[in-house]
Amino acid sequence: MEIQTMVKPTTVENTAIKVQVKGLSVYYGKFRALTGIDLTVHDRKITAIIGPSGCGKSTLLRSFNRMNDLTPGCRMEGEVILEGENLLAPAVDVVDIRRRVGMVFQRPNPFPKSIYENVAYGPRLYGIRRKSDLDEIVASSLKSAALWDEVKDKLHQSGLSLSGGQQQRLCIARALAVEPEVILMDEPASALDPISTLKIEELMQDLKKDYTIVIVTHNMQQAARVSDFTAMMMIDEQRAGRLIEYDATHIIFTRPKDKRTEDYVTGRFG
Amino acid sequence: MWKHWQAVSGGIVNKKIKPALKPNRILRLHRIFRHGDRPWQGLIMVVSIFIIVLMAAIGWMLWRESSGARFTFGWNFLAPTTNASWDPVNDHFQAWPFIYGTLLTSLFAIIIALPISLGIAIFLVELCPAWLRTPLTWMVELLAAIPSVVYGLWGIFIFLPVVVTPIGSFLAETLGNFPVIGALFAGPMSASGASRLAASLILAIMIIPTIAAVTRDVFLAIPNSQREASLALGSTRWETIWKVLIPYGLSGILGAVILGLGRALGETMAVTMVIGNSIEGSLSLLRPGYSMASVIANEFAEAVSKLHNQALVEVGLALFVMTLLLNILARFLVWRVASRTPQEVRA
Repeated sequence: MEIQTMVKPTTVENTAIKVQVKGLSVYYGKFRALTGIDLTVHDRKITAIIGPSGCGKSTLLRSFNRMNDLTPGCRMEGEVILEGENLLAPAVDVVDIRRRVGMVFQRPNPFPKSIYENVAYGPRLYGIRRKSDLDEIVASSLKSAALWDEVKDKLHQSGLSLSGGQQQRLCIARALAVEPEVILMDEPASALDPISTLKIEELMQDLKKDYTIVIVTHNMQQAARVSDFTAMMMIDEQRAGRLIEYDATHIIFTRPKDKRTEDYVTGRFG
Repeated sequence: MWKHWQAVSGGIVNKKIKPALKPNRILRLHRIFRHGDRPWQGLIMVVSIFIIVLMAAIGWMLWRESSGARFTFGWNFLAPTTNASWDPVNDHFQAWPFIYGTLLTSLFAIIIALPISLGIAIFLVELCPAWLRTPLTWMVELLAAIPSVVYGLWGIFIFLPVVVTPIGSFLAETLGNFPVIGALFAGPMSASGASRLAASLILAIMIIPTIAAVTRDVFLAIPNSQREASLALGSTRWETIWKVLIPYGLSGILGAVILGLGRALGETMAVTMVIGNSIEGSLSLLRPGYSMASVIANEFAEAVSKLHNQALVEVGLALFVMTLLLNILARFLVWRVASRTPQEVRA
């Protein structure tokens, strides 16, 4: 007789949906970079997007906060629905989307300002002027980003004086300061050393209690370690990126349904 | 020749045949002419040293040739005064009206040119549609290529009567009545339009391309990651430009301003044609004035007395030192911004 486990494993079915992508296609001019993507991002879970280089992982990620708009000639079709609101609708306020959907980039990109000013930049944009309010936001954001203890005595030093890993956590704190609902991470640890990478990964586990995280990564061990769900992407014959499999991470890495996924995660491909 | 190419190409030409490893004379000659490390290094060093020698020679010549004037008038020559005399008949010279004219017109030119140049640079880099970018950049740079005597002519016949005189009269009636700054805008506006204001405006037009081009380079050098960082936090383009890009490029922009200022300080022809060439005591922008470069250009050929000559050389020396100091400052600021950029990622 089999024993039923008491804790239900995380599956696609039993988790609340935060973002729903429906039939998303992205074009750069005439070139179709992504085609027919359907994907659900679950609330307060980490969703990893994996796949070989050039398969459109970053393009997909940048559709969630309309950063693709900044690329000249880029056009998006389909829907990206955040809490019932289609982010790709023409009437949507892009600035508001980017507050609700924060982003951390591949290379740490702090402003050449003090640590304090880096974190206070976002709140200031939204009209928070009182020093006591800003102090509180800066402190809580740095604490959430697990950087507070390292920088609390030098908040007014340049953000660029920190190490690479600290700079990346500063960028995470900066993103947290505007209280986003979703945080996008575009290979956040690929420019960092293993220790710093580990710190970022631990931080992600803390953050997922409050935030929905989508991470693009080249590193399959990282995807397996940190994520709850994994989306596997690959380019088709027209060189357009497609989502070929999406499931809970433990399924993707142990018994994928698609042969290409299996080849990729076992390292026989790419 | 075939063997030679095989040797040079390391066997890429035909991989089946092993390249000759033994260096022959043709190959050695070829290498010397291709890389030419030694001769080029020597040549470049000589040229560089020549520039330093040239600078020192100019400075020394100006210093030596102005010795009589420096000895006769001392610091009085350069000191600010309200009733300066520049009197070749009695051999009494004080340079303050020229220094004041040069400084005032150059500073005012910068005040006008900076916002316009900044606007041009921001538009070219951040907002301009791609099809317009190249022609517009080209036009701005073309503005710098117009000879200054042409600016002067255009100034005398069109710019002064049509633009400067009405603006000057308006300023005299409005700002001229204010306390403190009223002195700068005291009327009456000179009838012909020839005034320090005219010189300032012409200078502003002439230095806009310089400042705009350098500022544009500063904006181009700002990594895209800075823009993305700001936009991803939900700021508008306007906020990104003002709160991230301009602070990031501030020292570079300052460098651009100082390069423009250097150009304005030394500009001779256009200024001489529109400034009025008068050393009357008024401090006003709206009155005719004189500049350091103009007085040298106007009087050097006709200076009879030795002291007059030396006084003009001393004016030149002062101008030389002023522009030199400004350029050193500009270099320093540009160097600072350049050295800060790669620090951005310290992984």
